[in-house]
Amino acid sequence: MFGLPILSLMLLVPLAGAIACLLVEAKAARTIALVATTVDFLLGIVLWNRYEIGGAQWQFTENAPLFAGFAWKLGIDGIALMLIELSVFLMPICILASKAIEKRVGEYMAAFLLMEVLMIGVFAAQDLFLFYIFFEAGLIPMYLIIGIWGGAERIYASYKFFLYTLLGSVLMLIAMLWMVNEAGTTDIPTLMAYDFPVAAQKWLWLAFFASFAVKMPMWPVHTWLPDAHVQAPTAGSVILAGVLLKMGGYGFIRFSLPMFPQASADYAGLVFALSMVAVVYTSLVALVQHDMKKLIAYSSVAHMAIVTVGLFAFNVQGLEGSMVVMLSHGLVSGALFLCVGVIYDRLHTREIARYGGLSINMPKYALFFMLFTMASVGLPGTSGFVGEFLSLAGIYQVSSWVTLVCTTGIILGAGYMLYLYRRVAFGEQKNADAAAMPDLDAREWIMLAPIAAAVLWMGVYPESFLAPMRADIAALDARLAAARPEGDAKPTAGQPKVAEEHAAHGAAPEGAH
Amino acid sequence: MDPILFIVFLPLLAAAIAGLGNRALGNVAAKSVTTLALFAACLLSWPIFIGSVSGHAEPHVVQVLHWVQSGSLNFDWALRVDTLTAVMLVVVTTVSALVHLYSWGYMAEDPDQPRFFAYLSLFTFAMLMLVTADNLVQMFFGWEGVGLASYLLIGFWFRKPSASAAAIKAFVVNRVGDLGFMLGIFGTFLVFNTVSIPEILVRAPGMAGSTIGFLGYRLDTMTVLCVLLFIGAMGKSAQLGLHTWLPDAMEGPTPVSALIHAATMVTAGVFMVCRLSPMFQTSETAMNVVTYVGAATLFFAATIGTTQWDIKRVIAYSTCSQLGYMFVAAGVGAPGAAMFHLFTHAFFKALLFLGAGSVIHAMHHEQDMRFYGGLRKHIPLTFWAMMAGTLAITGVGIVDLFGFAGFYSKDSILEAAYGAHSQSGSVGFWAGIAAALLTSFYSWRLVFLTFYGKPRWDQSEHVQHAVHDDHHGHGRKHHDDGTAGYHPHESPLNMLIPLGVLSLGAVAAGYVFAHDFISEGAGHFWRGSVAFSEELIHHMHGVPLWVKWAPFAVMVTGFLIACYGYLINTAFPGKLAAALGPVYRFVYNKWYFDELYDRLFVRPAFWLGDRFWKLGDIGLIDRFGPNGAAWAVARGSSFAQKVQTGYLYSYALVMLLGLTAAITWVMVH
Repeated sequence: MFGLPILSLMLLVPLAGAIACLLVEAKAARTIALVATTVDFLLGIVLWNRYEIGGAQWQFTENAPLFAGFAWKLGIDGIALMLIELSVFLMPICILASKAIEKRVGEYMAAFLLMEVLMIGVFAAQDLFLFYIFFEAGLIPMYLIIGIWGGAERIYASYKFFLYTLLGSVLMLIAMLWMVNEAGTTDIPTLMAYDFPVAAQKWLWLAFFASFAVKMPMWPVHTWLPDAHVQAPTAGSVILAGVLLKMGGYGFIRFSLPMFPQASADYAGLVFALSMVAVVYTSLVALVQHDMKKLIAYSSVAHMAIVTVGLFAFNVQGLEGSMVVMLSHGLVSGALFLCVGVIYDRLHTREIARYGGLSINMPKYALFFMLFTMASVGLPGTSGFVGEFLSLAGIYQVSSWVTLVCTTGIILGAGYMLYLYRRVAFGEQKNADAAAMPDLDAREWIMLAPIAAAVLWMGVYPESFLAPMRADIAALDARLAAARPEGDAKPTAGQPKVAEEHAAHGAAPEGAH
Repeated sequence: MDPILFIVFLPLLAAAIAGLGNRALGNVAAKSVTTLALFAACLLSWPIFIGSVSGHAEPHVVQVLHWVQSGSLNFDWALRVDTLTAVMLVVVTTVSALVHLYSWGYMAEDPDQPRFFAYLSLFTFAMLMLVTADNLVQMFFGWEGVGLASYLLIGFWFRKPSASAAAIKAFVVNRVGDLGFMLGIFGTFLVFNTVSIPEILVRAPGMAGSTIGFLGYRLDTMTVLCVLLFIGAMGKSAQLGLHTWLPDAMEGPTPVSALIHAATMVTAGVFMVCRLSPMFQTSETAMNVVTYVGAATLFFAATIGTTQWDIKRVIAYSTCSQLGYMFVAAGVGAPGAAMFHLFTHAFFKALLFLGAGSVIHAMHHEQDMRFYGGLRKHIPLTFWAMMAGTLAITGVGIVDLFGFAGFYSKDSILEAAYGAHSQSGSVGFWAGIAAALLTSFYSWRLVFLTFYGKPRWDQSEHVQHAVHDDHHGHGRKHHDDGTAGYHPHESPLNMLIPLGVLSLGAVAAGYVFAHDFISEGAGHFWRGSVAFSEELIHHMHGVPLWVKWAPFAVMVTGFLIACYGYLINTAFPGKLAAALGPVYRFVYNKWYFDELYDRLFVRPAFWLGDRFWKLGDIGLIDRFGPNGAAWAVARGSSFAQKVQTGYLYSYALVMLLGLTAAITWVMVH
């Protein structure tokens, strides 16, 4: 842990790779990108290995003051660790998935590697302004990826993306300035323990909310997401769904909740209301989509709503559940976009009706697609269940109404995902070109199999993922304790019937007659 | 290692080998691996059950792996073995092993056999996880796992649109029940701070009479929890309101119907209520709900069963109805009787389904009984197996002497319902008597239409195809005996052996095990694994003589009506149906549940989705959001071009400016 600044190294490797990619021709750029992301993934494994569960809250800290209180300050807790692992795990897969890109390959690879730098930076930054730079700049490569390598409507999609994000981030920056002025520090751990005046908390919370709600995205500021996904190339969609959407959730858990606990409690009702609408509304919209990517994009909005209710449940199950939903959704929706990409590369259409009967000519593909579909609908034994179950168990302790509405997501989710699967994989082979598509090749198998393994691992033994975060969630839970809302259940004490009645029948030990 | 580990995980291993090996592995290897695994599991299960019968087995729990630990919410992968589990173990592994064997013959011509056998074994694994669950979440795992397997198997012939539609319907309707189950688990955790079943059962009586806030109301705590969990049971066990998926599930291959949609998965709801019976007994309201739902279902499903023509649908509605009986028993406080009926029903209903499969096999995939007739002489072994099943389900037997399996278990349910001396018990009793008449009628109707009378095969398209293929090039002969020249063949041995074994169960299971399950001394058998009331057993045995003979009387009545309508005066049923007109159509169309749900839920969901998308997202949010902004900019100046192409730079610029301002401010400060 000493000496080797592993986090900086993880930022440096893809950065160097990005520069190299700009200088060489296409084939070499692909190799460099694959090597750089793989090295970063290996570094990620080292990071996870060296992370001490139950050790200091902030580990691998680096601090190099630059000027005027602004510092190159990195460090991670368990929550950041897990999100970094997710990012570095998905990156090599994204590079592999970019085989179909033929235009300006070097720049494309550079954009992806730069994005990896910025994503890791977001989760590792411990300085408020450093975080802001990473957080905002991280979107620039994404704009480029959509705007240059995207589909026919890419300009409109990236414009929408830009407009929403800009609005939120301006407000957040203003709030950050005020906070630094008030607390006299840009150090995130210090700010997390700082008690801002309650009146100010509300405004600060709303300013951060504007930014995070868009990133999440929450209803009704979600409409940029389907367009961005539809236009983005496959790998762009994977990163967008897999990691970029998690920045909103990370923002809530790192800033809104610990820094403004009282305001978070006060505005929980707003979050619940928007999330409840999102679950029902976007699930129903997903049901009527004809475009595969749009369908999965809308399902992302519904899943992210489970994250927000879990976070604002103010208890351990809600928080841990939300984190697991984020990790799981990163894997599962990423994998689903890869599944779309696999057949898009063959037929060049996302129109669901153009496929059908793929189980016949692509049985391996159908198996993976089924697994990820089931993980998406939250089948126990897959990662999707653990997170959803914990989040909803958490929110039930606050409100049975919110739980009831959000749990309808399990019905609607099954509806739209199985309807999608049926139209793609079941039925007769009604389109000759779709029927002629070959099954997964080795490259595609290598992309999907690790995600499948991770999805099952997280579903069967989520302890591996929960353990590093446990202490941090507990600390956050303690921080939130004062503001915790009272639940609507309030069960009273029981009035068991008198003992004689049981005794008369010869009471069995387990309360049986 | 504990044998339970092998019982549960051998099927999973076999499923993985057969499923992943698939065509590379080959048909015979895949079928052998899965079938051997299941027979091994079956052979290991019976000693556990016999141990319970002889009273030697001690209940125990085998820890496998930690699952989730989140604050105080902890649950593990663990296998619980007690009497209730033992009963389910033998039911599940025996029927599953026999169904595996049967499928060798039934699926012999299918090109996708490894996949089929992998699904069957996967199902068995999930079902075993369900019945060995020590906590509610693992039960839910098994619950959803069997749902997945059921979805995959119903849609096994995925090229048929009706099969994939039925598969989705089964999964989604079950999810409606699961919504209740999940809320029930959340509520249970909230109240008891644990999801461990034994702990909940110990502490449940202490919470009797408390109240809880739920959806803005203050309600009795245990009632809320039990009813929520019961909604899950209603979905899985196809009870009235959530039953619509079960008849459609008959789209799956017939061995699947026998295993999943008759003997095992659909009984999971009954198993759950029995497993949690000490909890359910803390709320009289919840118990009444269980009884009334069961009573309504057993009657409603039986009425539909009398009118259907598809042989599998008749048996499917019959299953639905018999599950209603089990819930009545559980609801009046006789989980022992419910489990006993579950046990005997597994044998005779699997037998009826496999027998029907054998008939369908002989009749070249024809399922419509209007095109059967006179098959007794052509497939005599199948006929006798079906007779054993019919004698068992209709409950043929003489009090205190001997009866077929259903005689003991169904009569014990009716006696318990009567002996409960409650209003709900009376409703259950009278509904049960009425349905027993209908059961006898539709069961014998099935037998008479299929095996008696003259052949009516020539009207069947399936048979015509078969004949056409056979006689191709031979020149057509004219047949006026209704056979169209078709010769049904008895099924092969690998299908007949399972029929034989299950026939044995249908004949003897009641007589042999009645004492263990439902006598005064059955408390020693159950060992606290279900709530056992010796008092109710006394009441059951003390019911008036007419109560004991009433099922017999209605059974004979139903038989005579079927005899008259389908043997003696075959024009009578048609005339009766015409005379009843709207009533007949109402019943024949399954009380219009599918149409109702389609109008109420399915179409509105698509309609709303479309409106939300086109009016909400596009018409409102985008129009006044980003598009509106673009419009304003375009209109305001010739800036638009710049924004569209230079947005990236302007954005980067805004950010940089902002940061510079921030840093400057901090420096100055």
